[in-house]
Amino acid sequence: MILGMLTALFAVSILTPFMFQRFGRRTFFLLAAVLTAALVWILSYVPAVLAADQAAAIGEPNAPPAEVMEWIPQFGVELAFRVDALALAMSVLILGVGALVMLYCARYFATSERAAGPFAAELFAFAASMLGLVLSDDLVMLFVFWELTTILSFLLIGFSAHRIYARRSAIQALIVTTFGGLAMLVGLVWLGELTGSYRLSEVLTAGPGLLADPSTATAVDIAVALVLLGALSKSALVPFHFWLPAAMAAPTPVSAYLHAAAMVKAGVYLVARFAPGFHESTFWLPLVLGLGLITMLVGAWRALRQTDIKLILAYGTVSQLGFLVMINGLGTEDAALAGLAMLLAHGLFKAALFMVVGIIDHQSGTRDLRKLSGLGRSQRPLFLVALISTASMAGLPPLFGFVAKEVVFESFFSYAEATSSSSLLTLGWLVVAGVVLGSALTVAYSARFLWGAFATKRPVPGVAVARTVFHGPVPRVFLAAPMILTAFTVVLALVPQPVQALAESFSTLFDPMEPGVEATYLALWPGLTPVLGLSVLTWVLGFALFRVRDAFGRLQANVPAVVEAERGYRGTVRGVDLLSSWVTARTQRGALGWYLFIILAVATLVPLAVVIFGAPGGRSLAERASLDSVIIAEQPLQIVLALVILAGASGAIWAPKRFMAVLMVSMCGWGIAGIFALQGAPDLALTLLLVESIVLVVFVLALRSLPAGIWTQSPTRFKFGRALLGIGFGVVMMVVAAMSMDARIAEPISMEFPWMAYEIGQGANIVNVTLVDLRVWDTFGEITVLAAAATGIASLIFVKRRDVQRRELHEVPSGTVGRVLSDKALSPRQFREIKVARSFATVAREAWLVAGRTVAPEHRSIVFEVVTRLMFHGIIMISLYLLLAGHNLPGGGFAGGLLAGLAFVLRYLAGGRYELEAAIPFSAGALMGWGLAVACFTGLVPLLAGGQAFQSFDVELTLPLFGYHHFVSAVLFDVGVYLVVIGLIVDILRSLGSEIDVRSEREGQRASSPGHGIHGETSAGVAR
Amino acid sequence: MTINLTLLILMGALFAIGIYLLLERSLTRVLLGIILISNAVNLLLLQTAGRAGLAPLYDPEIPAEDYLDPLPQALLLTAIVIAFALVSFMLALIYRSWVLARQDELADDEEDRRVASYAGAYDAEEDASAEDETTEFADETDAVGRAMLNPRRGADEDAPDPGNGPAIAEQGER
Repeated sequence: MILGMLTALFAVSILTPFMFQRFGRRTFFLLAAVLTAALVWILSYVPAVLAADQAAAIGEPNAPPAEVMEWIPQFGVELAFRVDALALAMSVLILGVGALVMLYCARYFATSERAAGPFAAELFAFAASMLGLVLSDDLVMLFVFWELTTILSFLLIGFSAHRIYARRSAIQALIVTTFGGLAMLVGLVWLGELTGSYRLSEVLTAGPGLLADPSTATAVDIAVALVLLGALSKSALVPFHFWLPAAMAAPTPVSAYLHAAAMVKAGVYLVARFAPGFHESTFWLPLVLGLGLITMLVGAWRALRQTDIKLILAYGTVSQLGFLVMINGLGTEDAALAGLAMLLAHGLFKAALFMVVGIIDHQSGTRDLRKLSGLGRSQRPLFLVALISTASMAGLPPLFGFVAKEVVFESFFSYAEATSSSSLLTLGWLVVAGVVLGSALTVAYSARFLWGAFATKRPVPGVAVARTVFHGPVPRVFLAAPMILTAFTVVLALVPQPVQALAESFSTLFDPMEPGVEATYLALWPGLTPVLGLSVLTWVLGFALFRVRDAFGRLQANVPAVVEAERGYRGTVRGVDLLSSWVTARTQRGALGWYLFIILAVATLVPLAVVIFGAPGGRSLAERASLDSVIIAEQPLQIVLALVILAGASGAIWAPKRFMAVLMVSMCGWGIAGIFALQGAPDLALTLLLVESIVLVVFVLALRSLPAGIWTQSPTRFKFGRALLGIGFGVVMMVVAAMSMDARIAEPISMEFPWMAYEIGQGANIVNVTLVDLRVWDTFGEITVLAAAATGIASLIFVKRRDVQRRELHEVPSGTVGRVLSDKALSPRQFREIKVARSFATVAREAWLVAGRTVAPEHRSIVFEVVTRLMFHGIIMISLYLLLAGHNLPGGGFAGGLLAGLAFVLRYLAGGRYELEAAIPFSAGALMGWGLAVACFTGLVPLLAGGQAFQSFDVELTLPLFGYHHFVSAVLFDVGVYLVVIGLIVDILRSLGSEIDVRSEREGQRASSPGHGIHGETSAGVAR
Repeated sequence: MTINLTLLILMGALFAIGIYLLLERSLTRVLLGIILISNAVNLLLLQTAGRAGLAPLYDPEIPAEDYLDPLPQALLLTAIVIAFALVSFMLALIYRSWVLARQDELADDEEDRRVASYAGAYDAEEDASAEDETTEFADETDAVGRAMLNPRRGADEDAPDPGNGPAIAEQGER
């Protein structure tokens, strides 16, 4: 039911913007009705809550109503909710004031206000989050709702996003409360771990035990201090108090709700919630009483200096929050009762007063008390509401504020009496004195507020400020909300029993100040006690201060602000900004090489450190130094190949020409293929050789437009550093490789592969069976990557559409393909050479290649054409053989596909792009798509037959020409691989080959003068 | 396991040269560096297969230890083909960079450079003084501005009387 209610409330919040589109600001009435319904619902828990044992955790006998749903059992996180007296009191405040604020909003916003829809949704979601916060019985859920209120408060404060002040205040509130929230999270997790339970009620029960145990006491002390840090930042206690006055940039309904009744009370709630378990923790009382008292005085002092009536209330709230945290954190039976009563009283009068301010601002256009004048006479009902609520704030009888404050004073008084029997100069009496002083200031700023908002001002004697005039009468609904709140202020003073019942129930969680002492109670007339005397003292002092307000104001102006918390905050933020931009400037220099340098340096130094100092739990270098056996090489030829590879790699550094460097690197590849072959890996050798050949061609195709020499405009510096890093990395890798190979103690899993390949995969080529059967999912992923890469290449080159060359071969004029330079751009000598070439190229019959005639004569090679013609079909047949035989002999889909691709490379090189089209008239995308489809199909078929995906099955069949064949389904998968690889190569040829040809030809036609075109100095000719 | 010094040293050398090239500015050299590094990694994988062995073509007579370990071979085969796709893709990138900007070298990122040279700067708005506002309805007390913003508002029950704006008394200190 609780969970359902919360879900329903959040759902309403999500629907709110849509309702707004339909009903406009009348939606607020609906929202108010929903919150009222929720209020009725929570009130239905009252009998059960009052009858329950407040300390009992969920599941224990006589526990308060609760609900638990599993959420993340691995972390002990549950959707646990529990309605005890404290939660119930808070819920009533949240829902009741929430409903009235919604009602108030219905008149506060103009009908034309477009942002009101999202605003209403946020405000409503805030109410729901707040409800969730007080009902949560799980530490993690508590934090989740806590942060939800923070985020929603950020959005609500920043409602007028076009105003810098609103944005700044919103961010400030967010940063300050999030800071506290994170500290709180650490504290909550810590407490949860110490207790072994994340159930709030269980943590609280375990609290005194943990504090008594010396082994956990210190940890609990720190954890509780962290939790308090969160509470204090949320409730705007010194030194975090500055965000609350700044948050007055929010629309007034938000201030009335978040900054008077609900959000700032979350901190007080947390203090009250944790007090039963942890008020004996070391830092508890110093923090709660010390900061609370300072806040109370600072807030009240500053409230007296404000000229904006909303800010008077804001600083007043800061002051009262200090007061509330003090009383709720005191941790005695009386204090708990008093704290809860004061919490409700404050919510009632402060929300009402904010609403009054909102009405004044809305109707007159100002909140400046120097401009407001005479409203007391002209707006009687409004004045009456304000008068009663202000009097309640000042603690005057016969109002609920007075009733609550009396018991607060009494609690502090009896605390002081009990803790300090002999001397007057003790903490207890100091607190009493501070509270009395703070309350006197409260009386003073209450009077100042009332005077500021409603009095007729006469800054110069005899001359009154022009009377403030409201534009139009105050709408009834508008005034109703503060009126109802004020009515409760009066009624609860006369009939305090409902609050008494709830608060009494909550206070059973605490011990009385002294054993046997009768607990205090809420009453309008407490009798003639010293405490009443204190109250009278506050009134007298307060009114006296108000009487001498001008003189006091001058005094205040002369007292310098010793520390300004907001300045400290800004300084911190600026410091962090400076630090981050400094770090960014040092590390993000914009050069990729530099980033790589850092990454590689880390990748060198960290393993090096591990090698030198030994991995935790591992063997040290000295212990590892004994290698089982070291050989120089398997055979002398390996050393020869290694030297060839080294020569190639070094050549790549020195080679001045682009293609020379490429050739050098290819040499490495071929050498490594040789090493593979010698080591006993024919599949690898075959595949690598094919890949190296194709890569060489692709290199040439792609880079033919680029200058032949590798020159750079800004040559790379730090040659020495780079070399050092390279060598360092290489050496570290060698050591790591040697050590990790030495560390092998278990039998490799692949010892099982041979028989599995043969028995299960039904193939003799273990590597191939591994690829298409044992580890088929890897291969399936890999061919998907190949298809993605091919698509990427095509989209980089074609930009718009690929496979566009759809001209019929006979339409293509002869000798046009590859004519990069027009005749005019040639030097006389080149022209003579080409003329000779052309005279040979005019053959009547196209005997060898279909599209040979389309190639420019100077690029044709008749020998090449003949060889291609003779070899093409043979190569394709061999590739098919590799594909099909690969299951039992070296080969397979990759090798076969690469070889077939090589055949197409030949066709393209010999006969140009039209030859390629004639050779393979399919789009590359279709080839790869079919390949993937076939592979997929192989995986799915066994599923249909009731097996597992990619399970292999075999068919024996006799094909004409091929003869008897034992056909294994995995071979079909290899066909998919084969198609994908061909598709990849064709895509590369079409992109880096054909398309670049087309562009170069176009470019060549444009460049008419000799040496002007970029191809004049590039290596374009190499490709042909 | 047995360590093959030739392969080990060759791997280290390829890593070293590959990284030296990788840190160059010329895109072609960067790509060559990547190829060399992938070759070095291939050698690393090959070494994990141990001593040279028989080609992994199954024969029931041969014990499993005599083959060259097939698992690293399968990994290598995958690595080789993926590297091929990667190299082709990078070549397309280099070509595109050449077509678009006529350069085949790594340019510094202008935005990063700007941030770096701007060290110590922060959003000036952060500390600009904002006026204290004593009303949320500042836009609306200006009757003309209001009429322009919300022509419909005239009929609103909350409409102010523009003739009786709030009087301004004195300029006080705060």
